[in-house]
Parts: sequence; structure tokens; C-alpha cells
Amino acid sequence: MRFVLALLGAFFAAYLSPLPAIAAGEQPEESTYVPPLADSVLEARAKSLQKELRCLVCQGQSIDESNAPLAADLRRLIRQQMQQGWSDDQIKEFLVARYGAFVLMKPPVRQDTFFLWFGPALLVLGGAAVIGVTIVRSRKRLATDPGGELEIPIQDTT
Amino acid sequence: MTGEIGQLALCLALALALVQAFAGFIGASRGNERLMAMGRGAAMGGFVFTALAFFTLMFAYVTSDFSVAAVAENSHTAKPLIYKISGVWGNHEGSMILWLLILGVYSAAIAMTQPTDIAQNAELGSRALGVQALIAIAFLTFVLLTSDPFLRLYPPPFEGNGLNPLLQDPGLAFHPPLLYLGYVGLSAAFSFAAAALLDKRNDAAWVRRARPFAIAAWTALTLGIAAGSWWAYYTLGWGGFWFWDPVENASLMPWLVATALIHSMMATERTGAFKSWTLLLAIAAFSFSLIGTFLVRSGVLNSVHSFANDPRRGLFILLILFVSISAPLVLFAWRAPKLAPGAPFDLASRETGILINNLLLTASAATILTGTLYPLVLDALEGIKISVGPPYFTATVIPMLALLAVAMPLGPIFLWRRANWRAGLYDLRYAMAAAGVALVIGLFLARPASFLGMLAITLGAWLIGGAVTDLSRRAGSLRRVRLLPAAAWSSALAHAGLGIVAFGVVGATIWKSEAIQVLAPGQTMDVGGYTLRLDSTERVEGPNYFADRAAITVTANGRTITVVHPEKRSYPVEQMVTSQSSIRTTVISDLYVVLGDARDGGGWVVRAYVNPLAPFIWLGALVMALAGFVALGGRLAVKARAARSAAAVSAAE
Repeated sequence: MRFVLALLGAFFAAYLSPLPAIAAGEQPEESTYVPPLADSVLEARAKSLQKELRCLVCQGQSIDESNAPLAADLRRLIRQQMQQGWSDDQIKEFLVARYGAFVLMKPPVRQDTFFLWFGPALLVLGGAAVIGVTIVRSRKRLATDPGGELEIPIQDTT
Repeated sequence: MTGEIGQLALCLALALALVQAFAGFIGASRGNERLMAMGRGAAMGGFVFTALAFFTLMFAYVTSDFSVAAVAENSHTAKPLIYKISGVWGNHEGSMILWLLILGVYSAAIAMTQPTDIAQNAELGSRALGVQALIAIAFLTFVLLTSDPFLRLYPPPFEGNGLNPLLQDPGLAFHPPLLYLGYVGLSAAFSFAAAALLDKRNDAAWVRRARPFAIAAWTALTLGIAAGSWWAYYTLGWGGFWFWDPVENASLMPWLVATALIHSMMATERTGAFKSWTLLLAIAAFSFSLIGTFLVRSGVLNSVHSFANDPRRGLFILLILFVSISAPLVLFAWRAPKLAPGAPFDLASRETGILINNLLLTASAATILTGTLYPLVLDALEGIKISVGPPYFTATVIPMLALLAVAMPLGPIFLWRRANWRAGLYDLRYAMAAAGVALVIGLFLARPASFLGMLAITLGAWLIGGAVTDLSRRAGSLRRVRLLPAAAWSSALAHAGLGIVAFGVVGATIWKSEAIQVLAPGQTMDVGGYTLRLDSTERVEGPNYFADRAAITVTANGRTITVVHPEKRSYPVEQMVTSQSSIRTTVISDLYVVLGDARDGGGWVVRAYVNPLAPFIWLGALVMALAGFVALGGRLAVKARAARSAAAVSAAE
């Protein structure tokens, strides 16, 4: 019961903050412009990396989308680090060390995210097994079915 | 005075809902036609009084009656009329009244279309109205006790607080009513399912009654989600259209389950297959939409204070959620084992297709629910903070939807119960060719040639080709497709619509090009084959904002194409700044220009995107919604024809 209450509490607590969309609009657009890098390959890498990093002061936005000053600082930071030859993974490690795994839009695969990452696949496989059993049973009944119309002949009205 | 009329109307609606529940259930179990008629009357009356309350509230908004607290908090005299009206549902209290109004609409629709004599199983509809009444009682009590929209303020303030400027947008004025038409419409399917579980006969008759409501709800949800994403696309100012944020997920989950439901219903209605599963889906669809309703627009979501100051509201919501999800599930666990199995089917059959559809759609919904809740649960239990963002959902949900798209053209081609799979695949040869051609064109033309992009266009062409094949196969030839019944058209349109959406999504995410630059007047920038020149900026005034408006000339290959006017708006009442992007569309592609902040030294930050195929996202969604309308229209036409021939027969006698 305590688990359920904790779950429900957490569920609603997370929605207490305003809508992300609105949070975006409320941010002042001061000093959030980060000039693109001259090297177009690096810039493309920076663009794709910043989609995977979370703006820590906004609700659910990546630093790619956010107008918050912190997001702009991070956009600037990753560009500097890239120019110094850091790899994407190195930059991520640096940011995780600084802010925790919360900064990653894509959660890491760990023991405590096992269900998150593999739950969907297990669900599909389990469901597929159930469907398989259903079809096998149905085919058995079909074999013993006393004739009857198999293909419903009237015009197909789905 | 008007506020008190509204409050009284809500109380009367509650009284009538009690009558409706009593008469609906008792009338059905005793087989008493007069009691059942009373239940129908109460449903109509409840609708009338809820509508009265709703329009009373709207009147208070339109006349800026700030003695009503909700109006003072959410409206302002300078606001344009349309936003005074949409302001009614732009907050927790008002949106609950809209929710109740739509519940009333569906209850009245059930009452009006219900057979009246016992020979035609009037008990089913009567019990369904009883369940609808229980939902209405729960929500009316909730509104009257914790979220009274007619609460007075004394002394009334001179001016109101205004509405969030981002919500002052025509796209968003219609988004909530559409979404609610969908969410609440699923209550009708839920009520019929619950009624069927209460009925000792327990057959598939409920599906016949519930399916039009489910289709209507699905259509409205489709339009509502599309309107929301269109709004996000053009107001949030960077060309994104789907963010996987909890609010959007809350609307997508019921849509996915509702899609599974209308397919499963088709099989149950046609061959009696999946009886218990369809019942479960009907319960699940409304449960998801209840969760969605509260996440989208409740006091729980929007304001820390209303929740903290009034814990009753949160508890009440949890109680409603708990009862309305668990009660029917208990009933289901008790009744479902007694259901007779439907007609058996072979591996190659439409039933198998529907099972695949149901598996992948419900698994997608479950995955989205997991991804939405997981960080919260982990934080609550372990104190560990993680983020589950778009990359997670793309990695998990997209593969499921891709598998679904592979299977989608097969379902309609295969016949019920046992199909000839060789013949089916042979019928689809042109669709396969279309998919191959799309892939080849993509490999040659599209840059970057990403795997996801190629997959999306191949599947998009496969879906559209499959839909065309389906139509021509049913008609015998492509020339005769116009003779096909509405039902054939609706399935083809819905499937083709998704194919169109796939093209749009991949264009607007993978193939988009963007540029961001500081421009002084006279300077130019290039994006996706266009050249933009900032000509000038000026200060303009709107009804309740002032704005910096730029004039930017767009040229391509030296030819001037157009002048766009993106704006940066400031709303003094709400103290907010928004970007009004300027979108120039050719249907094949969007040029999207946003004016950013002014820089020292007279320059402006200008962001520009070229989003190829982006309009296809909403075009495809419209085609899918059209499929819903066609299906409903077809059902009405069939009914009318049956009524006419019945009348002709009785006239001949």
C-alpha cells in the first residue's frame, strides 16, 4: 500500500510544475544566442548532441530547444569542448559527473533502469506468445469445426 | 446573479444524474420499460442543465464579470472575444465543466439512439446510461465540492489577470474541446462494456451499440492531437511538432488504445472473436483517458497552489480514478471466463492481423506509460533522478509502430477466419513495388540517407500502396472504387493517412535544414536553398500586446518569392514574450522563420528552418479523421436505408 501511495504521490508531484511549453515561452530571450561553429562537421555533431542533453531548469526540454540561459551556457560549453577535441562520450561523462544522469535525455542502461529498457520488449514478446497460443488453439478448433462458412461471402463491410 | 444560476443548474444536473443511475439500473434489472424511459429522460435533462451551467459560465467570461473568481483569474477585458470564450476551458474549473458538458452530450446521444422496448434489448442501453450517470455523479460532486467555477469574489477586482498568451491562439481554442470529445467519448464505449458485464446475457450485442461512439471518440482524439501538435509547431518557435512530454503522452495513450479498440470491436462484431479482450480494451481506453484528462488540464497539473491548498482535490481525483478503473476490472474478472469463444480462425486471417494490431498498439501505450511514470517512481522509491526523454520513446515506440506499419496492409487484404495468404501477398505486389520505388528514390535524393528516414518512406509508400490495393481489390478494379461502401473507404483512408503522416514526420525531423544568424537590416542568410534578407523591423500594437515585426524578403535562385513577417510579441498583462513565427508553405515544404532577440549594435537573431513534407503530418491526420467521418456517415446511411425499407415493407402490408 505504501508503494502505491508513493507511486501516486510521485505521479502527481511531477506534474505540479507548469507545462514545459509555457515554461519555454516565459524564458527571457537574453543572451541565448550561441554562434554556430565555423567547422560544419563539428557544428552538426554539436547540434545532434544537444538534443540528447536535458535543460536542467526547464521541464522536459532539451538544451537544443530551450531558451533558458543555462541551456545556452551548455550549448556554448559543448562547442568549446568539441573544439578541444573531446568526444561525445567524454562530454556526456563530464556532464553526468557534474549534474547526474538526470542531464541525459536517454536514460543509461543500469540495474535500476532495467525494467524501463527491457520491459517493452518483454511485453511484446510475452504478448506474441499469448497470440501464438491463441492462434494454435483456434486452428485446432478450426480443424474440428463442422464446416460452416469460412469466408464470409457478403460484401466486405469490415 | 448568473453565477448562481450556473451553480443551481449543476446541482439539478447532479439530482438528475442520481435519478438516471437509479432508473437506469433498476429499470433494466426489473425489465420495467417506464423506469427505463425515466432514465432516458433524466439523461436528456442532465444534458440540458449541464449546458445551462456551461453557457452561464461562458456568459460571465464574455461580459468580463470579475465577481466570478475563475473569470477574474483567467480573463481580461482587452482580450479578443474568441479568447474570452476559449478562456472558459483554459483553466481547471472551466475545463471540468466542458468535460461534464461533453459527457452530457454522449449520454443524451445514447438515450436518443437507444431501442425502447425489451424485445430489442433495451436493458443494455439502460444500464449503459446508469454507468454514464455514475461517472457524471462522481464528476459533478468533484466540481461542486472542490472546483466550483462559479465561486464569487468580493469585492470584485477592477480587471482580470488575463490568459497565458501562448494559449491565445486559434489552434488552441479548438484543441481542448476536440480532445475532450475524444476522451469523454470513450466513456460511452466503457459504459456499454460495463453494461454488458452486468447483463446476464453477456453477448457481443454491446459492441454494435458502442462502436459508433468509439469511432466518434477516436476521430475527435485524432483531430485533437493533430490540432495540439500543429499549435506546438507554429507557436513554440523552433519547428518541433511532437515532444513526448507527459501532457502529449497523456493524449497519445488513449488514442493508441482506442485505435486497438475499434479494430478489436470489428472482429467481435463480425465473428464473435476476442469478446473478453474487447471488453478489457473498452475499460482500458477510458481509464487511459481519465488519466489523460487530469494530466492535461487539472488543477493538479497547472498550479502548485490549488493542489497544495486543497488536498481534497487531489484525493478526490485519485478516488475517482481508483474506483472507475478497479470496479469494472473486478466485474470483468468475474464475468469474462463465462464468455463463449468466437468463431475459430486460421493463422492467415484478418483476426491474426487484428491481434498483431492490438498487441503492438497496447504495448506502445504501456511503454509510453512506463516511460512517463518511471522517473517519478524511481525518484520516489530510491531518490534517484533520471530523465526519460524523446530518445527513449524513439528507441522503443518507433520500432513497434514500424512493425505495425509492416503488418497494416496485410490485415484488410486477408479475409476473416481463413485467407489464402499467397493470393493476398500477390494482390499486394504493386504496394511492394511502390515501397521499393520509394526506397530507391530516397536513397538517391534524400540527404542525409539515414536508416530511419529510409524505413519511414518505404513504410509510408507501403501503407499508401496497400490502401489503394485494398480499394481496387474490393471493387474488382480501380475504376469501380467509387461504388464501394463507406466501410471499405474508411479503412483504406485511415491506413493511407498514417502513411502520409510517416512522410511528414521524416521530412520535418530528419531532412529539415536550419540556420540561425544575427542579421542587421540589409544582411542576408541562407537556409535550404532560400536566401533571407532582413529589410526592416518595426514596432506594432495588437489588441493586448505590442510586438517587434520584421520584414524579411525571401529569394531563391535570385528570384524574390515572398516577404515574411515574423513577430516577437510582448504581453504586458501577463508579462510574457512569445514568438509569432512566420510559415510559408508550398504543401511540399515549409519555410519557417522566427524573429529572436535584438542584439547590441542593431542586429536581430533570426532563426530559419526548411521543413520538407512537414504539412503532410497534419494532412495525413486529416485523412485519418476523414476516415472516421466516412465510417460514421456510412453507418448512418445504412441505418437510414434499413429504416426506409422497413417502412416500405410495413406500407406494403
